Amino acid sequence: MGCSPRDEWLKRFAASRLRDVPFRTMSGIPLEPVYGTAESEYPGVWPFTRGPYASMYRSKLWTMRMFAGFGTAEDTNARFRDIIKAGGDGLSTAFDMPTLLGLDSDDPMSLGEVGRCGVAIDSITDMGDLFAGIDLSSISTSMTINSPAAPILAMFIAQAEDAGVPRNLLRGTLQNDILKEFQAQKEFVFPPRQSMRLVRDVIAYTTSEMPYWHSVSISGYHIREAGSTAAEELAFTLANGFAYVELAKQAGLDVDAFAPRLSFFFNAHIDFFEEIAKYRAARRLWAQWLKVRYGSTDERSQQLRFHAQTAGVSLTAQQVEVNVVRTALEALAATLGGAQSLHTNSMDEALALPTERAARIALRTQQVIAHETNVAHVADPLGGSWFVEELTDEMQRRAEQLLGTILDMGSGSMLEGCIGGIEDNWFQSRISDSAFELERSLNNGERIVVGVNDFLEGNDEHAEDLLRITREQEDRQRARLQAVRDARDAVRVEASRRELSETAADPTANLMPPLIRAARAHMTLGEMMSTLGTVFGRHVETPSI
Amino acid sequence: MTLRVLVAKVGLDGHDRGIKVVARTLRDAGMEVIYTGLFQTPESVATAVIDEDVDVVGLSMLSGAHLTLVPLVVKAMRDRGCDVPVVVGGIIPDRDMAELRQAGVAAVLGPGASAETVVSCVLAAVGSRDDVQQA
Repeated sequence: MGCSPRDEWLKRFAASRLRDVPFRTMSGIPLEPVYGTAESEYPGVWPFTRGPYASMYRSKLWTMRMFAGFGTAEDTNARFRDIIKAGGDGLSTAFDMPTLLGLDSDDPMSLGEVGRCGVAIDSITDMGDLFAGIDLSSISTSMTINSPAAPILAMFIAQAEDAGVPRNLLRGTLQNDILKEFQAQKEFVFPPRQSMRLVRDVIAYTTSEMPYWHSVSISGYHIREAGSTAAEELAFTLANGFAYVELAKQAGLDVDAFAPRLSFFFNAHIDFFEEIAKYRAARRLWAQWLKVRYGSTDERSQQLRFHAQTAGVSLTAQQVEVNVVRTALEALAATLGGAQSLHTNSMDEALALPTERAARIALRTQQVIAHETNVAHVADPLGGSWFVEELTDEMQRRAEQLLGTILDMGSGSMLEGCIGGIEDNWFQSRISDSAFELERSLNNGERIVVGVNDFLEGNDEHAEDLLRITREQEDRQRARLQAVRDARDAVRVEASRRELSETAADPTANLMPPLIRAARAHMTLGEMMSTLGTVFGRHVETPSI
Repeated sequence: MTLRVLVAKVGLDGHDRGIKVVARTLRDAGMEVIYTGLFQTPESVATAVIDEDVDVVGLSMLSGAHLTLVPLVVKAMRDRGCDVPVVVGGIIPDRDMAELRQAGVAAVLGPGASAETVVSCVLAAVGSRDDVQQA
């Protein structure tokens, strides 16, 4: 006889180490770690609908991981140190547009974009300055980078090892999710198949060399920000995840060797219960597909773990303080939905990168939820609600229908379905159709957004004190890059370029080792990417409205 | 006569949700809309404006590069003798409006602009140019 889900949960919960806080209400009522019936689903028990771990936040609160990056590496390093001082316990790096597209700061196309939307990283020197004085073996680091994910990881590894931390101790996450770039975020460089080769190389390399590293952060966030519905975010993200599983399996890796290091990144939007249902359905679907379709036997591969970020698109430029309220509600949905880490947006982000003060209030929002409201005491507190359970099932049904369509597009292969759907503009069209539909509902008054189409009193007050990225910062970065070019050994750079080019031309070879050597030779990001580009070619999207 | 509009993304910014929504909105309002696609340069936009013989240009800027790139687009157009009005939309703080106006931008649409506002703003930009030509 197998034991009941409740017995199974109890066994796992008993083996968990707990935080030393009183788990009771404000007036002293003791709280169970989870509520349910003998036969209901339980957290930490397959299919993990109610959470990946039996004890959830009783063992460890979510990681308060604040996304930051602007100006030069030195500017962002100072912001990172502020975040750590303010109680943030994970770092998350935002790169500027040239870095996201693999261009150097002195490239003509980079004009006006250097250091604006994130930090400019041109070489291993910048990477070293970015993390100077931060112990990379004790704090985990997330890097939001996709097309140039492999070269950026190479620079990160090389500088960490130079600073004395071996790669097998590095803890963190590389976004490295190229499929959603073509579908939604649109910071692509190489064509889809060549891009997927780089993703494969990173998964293979980190699986064998970096046991604490998350190789891909499969991201629905940008799909949703680009305008998809919640069900589309759920389905497209899972489809992309399954595509990476198929890619790595095709490369000869065992599913349970790499899948435990895949992680997810979802949006926390303003429709409170729908978001919670989305996270619950995501965990259940991932567990089912990994086990049944991909033959995983290790439950760690089947436990979906995710980072959440509150919805940038839900912020308004009108009455910006109201954004603190929106962000708090979205963050609450993410925590009731069992997120493992969370970024809360700052109130001024509909207008600019956040000021230090606005970013601190955003972090404080998480701290209020974590330490004042007691919502973290009980796992999946909405589980068992007729409404939330039904909404979870409905999200699952809608996602399954879309997954079936994508699978059909790939004649039974999710990998081919995702690539084909990108090449045929299928994902892109669906997302822009949904975006337009949402906008129409706002314009015809069916949907109310406070300060935008109703409750406009106060709209004439303007946000003061926005962060300004100066042209001087851009010039400073170009000077930093020139100093690197002047100081390095040209012979080593040329040797690295040749090795990189030869390795790229051999589709069976792994590009990570030559990229790490190229980083050490102070080859710039732009040089690495253009070398790969001569072999891989460039992707051009056919414009469509 | 049908109004012809070119909407363009200049620079490295991949955020195309706004520009696509605006493009459809203008099309629904009866205009003919041409979208350049991503990663355009000031020169490529100026060339497209002339080749497509449009009545108005819309630039969508969400990366913070507007103060650098928008004046370059206007200049590239004017250098070619093209006086088609330019409307900018996206994440533009109020404090930057004056500088954009000074660079020759006809109008700026900030976050939250309604479909009605977008359409009337584009019509006004075209209208103001006609007024100048008639004068």
